Amino acid sequence: MEHIGKTTQGYVGTPIKRREDIRFITGRATYVDDIKLTGMLHAAILRSPRAHARIRSIDASKAVALPGVIKIFTYADLGDLAAVPVPIRMVQLPGLERYLQPLLAQKQVRYVGEPVALAIAESRYLAEDALDAIEIDYEDLPAVVDVYDALRDEVLVHEGAGTNLAAVHEFSIGDVDRAFRDAEYTRREEFRVHRFTGNPLETRGFVASFDRGKGELTVWGVAKLPHLNRQTIAAFLKLPERRVHFIENDVGGGFGIRGELYPEDFLIPFAAVKLGQPVKWIEDRREHLMAANHSRENRCELEVAARKDGTLLAFRAIVYGDMGAYVRTHGGLVPCSTAALLTGPYRVPNYHAKIHLVVTNKTGLGTFRAPGRYESCFYRERMLDLMAKDLGIDPVDLRFKNLIRPEEIPYEVGVTRPGSNATVLDSGNYPSALKRGLDEFGYEDLKPLQGRLENGRYHGTGIACFVKNTGGLEPYEGARIVIGDRNDVAVYLSISMLGQGHETGMAQICADALGVPMDWITVYHGNTDITPFGWGTFASRGTVMCGSAVHLAGQKLKQKLLRVAAEQLGVDAAVLEFHEGKIYRTNTEAPPVDLHEIAAKARHCGTLNQGFPELEETAYFHSSQMTYSYGVHLAHVAVDVETGMMEVLKYLVVEDVGRCINPLLVHGQTVGSAVQGIGGTMLEELIYDENGQLLTGSLMDYLLPTSTDVPDIGSVILEEAPSPLNPLGVKGAGEGGIVGTGAALANALSHALSDFGVSVKALPLTPDRIRALIAGRARQR
Amino acid sequence: MIKVTVNGRTYERLVEVRMTLADFLRQELDLTGTHLGCEHGVCGACTILVSGEAVRSCIMLAVQADGAELLTVESLAEGDELHPLQRAFQDQHALQCGFCTPGFLMTACALLRDNPAPTRAEVREAISGNICRCTGYQPIINAILQVSSEPEGKTKGE
Repeated sequence: MEHIGKTTQGYVGTPIKRREDIRFITGRATYVDDIKLTGMLHAAILRSPRAHARIRSIDASKAVALPGVIKIFTYADLGDLAAVPVPIRMVQLPGLERYLQPLLAQKQVRYVGEPVALAIAESRYLAEDALDAIEIDYEDLPAVVDVYDALRDEVLVHEGAGTNLAAVHEFSIGDVDRAFRDAEYTRREEFRVHRFTGNPLETRGFVASFDRGKGELTVWGVAKLPHLNRQTIAAFLKLPERRVHFIENDVGGGFGIRGELYPEDFLIPFAAVKLGQPVKWIEDRREHLMAANHSRENRCELEVAARKDGTLLAFRAIVYGDMGAYVRTHGGLVPCSTAALLTGPYRVPNYHAKIHLVVTNKTGLGTFRAPGRYESCFYRERMLDLMAKDLGIDPVDLRFKNLIRPEEIPYEVGVTRPGSNATVLDSGNYPSALKRGLDEFGYEDLKPLQGRLENGRYHGTGIACFVKNTGGLEPYEGARIVIGDRNDVAVYLSISMLGQGHETGMAQICADALGVPMDWITVYHGNTDITPFGWGTFASRGTVMCGSAVHLAGQKLKQKLLRVAAEQLGVDAAVLEFHEGKIYRTNTEAPPVDLHEIAAKARHCGTLNQGFPELEETAYFHSSQMTYSYGVHLAHVAVDVETGMMEVLKYLVVEDVGRCINPLLVHGQTVGSAVQGIGGTMLEELIYDENGQLLTGSLMDYLLPTSTDVPDIGSVILEEAPSPLNPLGVKGAGEGGIVGTGAALANALSHALSDFGVSVKALPLTPDRIRALIAGRARQR
Repeated sequence: MIKVTVNGRTYERLVEVRMTLADFLRQELDLTGTHLGCEHGVCGACTILVSGEAVRSCIMLAVQADGAELLTVESLAEGDELHPLQRAFQDQHALQCGFCTPGFLMTACALLRDNPAPTRAEVREAISGNICRCTGYQPIINAILQVSSEPEGKTKGE
């Protein structure tokens, strides 16, 4: 695909400050909880306090009698809609359909936090009072919280299914058995990544309002996938899609967790329709930690085969994904994504993976920024360091030896995703990115510190190389550009925004493609009324997919504008040029014509002799293939062996994003996601006890990183390998900063404590676990 | 019945004893710039100034604020004229989703009032009670230091 060259206006590539910031810094943004409607009622959800129990009875009579309480909905009140479960929307492996989540529990609860009843009252305070008055008689059942225990099927999470093994997916590339048979070197390890999740600072929430007169439902607070969610909710409520309006408002972060469909997405609109009054539900943090998607947790039994000189020959991976009690919208995506890119940026000609999806009495699993990729990067990069040590090869040399060379790209890995085409690494210079990382980090200078005791702490440096699929996943995104009155251009996006800065980045793309000053442009997003079709903002696909659509729509509109101007001015379109909002006649000395003169006349008299006033264009960008960003993470840590405290002294992320639309935004994504990854690796864990009780149900137990937990992060953005798969050459930039954090920190810690025989095979790296590793007591099943 | 002055305006309201100060500001006074991220005093998104002190309005009751002078994020800009901290937050790309931003701005106001020329380490320490999930804190620290290094910025930290 031909890329746009240096643009005439040069907005793309410039670190332009965000225009959307003003409303956020002045306190004038509108998040869903800021919406107040006349007659609005408030919802609260009663959640199971038991991990696994039968429900003998539910008695809501006392709750209904409380002042201000309007209605208590239980399973029985849903009528025929009670049979509708939360659907699987991605990676729907056969067998998973047996583990779907009901909207409200009927006879059994399967995790702590499962919705059992919905209270509607005149205020949130009163709704929560009502929850206390609902009486439920539970009969406890034994719970199972570990995948290996669950696989024994002694306790069944879903009795009807007869097994806790929800599905298995397997694929093979090359001749793995032969590679292992002939290999000079093999090693097998068992790795584990813990359970943690995105925790956007704004919890989930909705306001739903049903206009009984018109039969129209409006839902505010939807994010990520507004069109797809509308389709599902419209079908659920038996309303035509056009009568359902999904509006996202301002959104306090996403990170994979927000905007998926959960029971509440069905229940709140349902209540609004039933009651004929607006209903608001705002999740609290405890609910968020126990009920919104958890992520990551899986185990991997990984085997490597190689030559003595370090040349990789084969990987064999057995992955166990802990799905929690119900398979939610993402289906098998997280564990399958772990296997899909496990070979990373390396040449591994033979690869076999077998993925087990296992249910347990815990909260359902969904995506969190770089789902599966964080996990597989940890497994692979740890294995490479172990292998380097075994073979007496420098870990850096081992990586250079096996990195796919630029001349081998595009590189076809093989089919690694269920129901998908082959994984093809589209563009890149992986050795160059690693070299840049080593130079920028001063790796050679730090190397002598490996394992050394300095000022009471042991030092170590770790490396992790990565590739990350971005874009694609769903086939298209669209954009509509409308030229309005004087100096006014509107861009309507088919996607939503959860903090990324689309109102600036997309305006930059539009300004250059169309040829108008950027400050003429207003960007709209996250509203099913402004574009009829769209998918959403996830998998680092916003700029790749929707940015490309904006570019195409801008080019189309520019061509139309030139034809309209040619007609109005009575000249041939070929002599006209349009930039910075002015039409230039290249064949005369005549002054340029302002866009608004052309637009005003078109609006009055129509365009192109057809009487249509429209100066607008819509374009969709289609792509079934994914682009691959890539790069390297480097970490320098110091560890106190008495306390187990590890401090990150220095951290660098190098990522090639193909083409950088706005360096300010891209660096922001990189640094922010690196800190999320460092926190997730060193502080965070959703811990369950053996009875399935969540022990980390508040932010006092579940520790998010704060400013004193992390150092300043180095970020290098490369543009060496524009993607050939879209007109901008871009790759997504949202996840590269997190993907290698677990791996780089684990490698750094292992180097720091190699004299103690410490070799990290499980995350997280919290002080207690580091102390246990030092004491050789680590539980690494 | 309580009487509070918020951003220079005095309000008298009858409130339930159990209503939090944050809910009072948001629901009774429609000052929705103060956000609730955790409702248990950890994340700092609801930070406001109560008689000059930075406090978490989610773990204070409205009745406890009787007679107090409160400042929220809505007090910072004067018309369209941004407060130096607000300008610096935009300059440094110190916000992404913006949900934590009001809390950080109010915490930073209190910091710069007490310590007009903090070191980077002091800024880091001062904002360690506020959680941001998007930026990684670096640009927030840069923004606060930008203001403390501007001569006219120091005077406007109250």
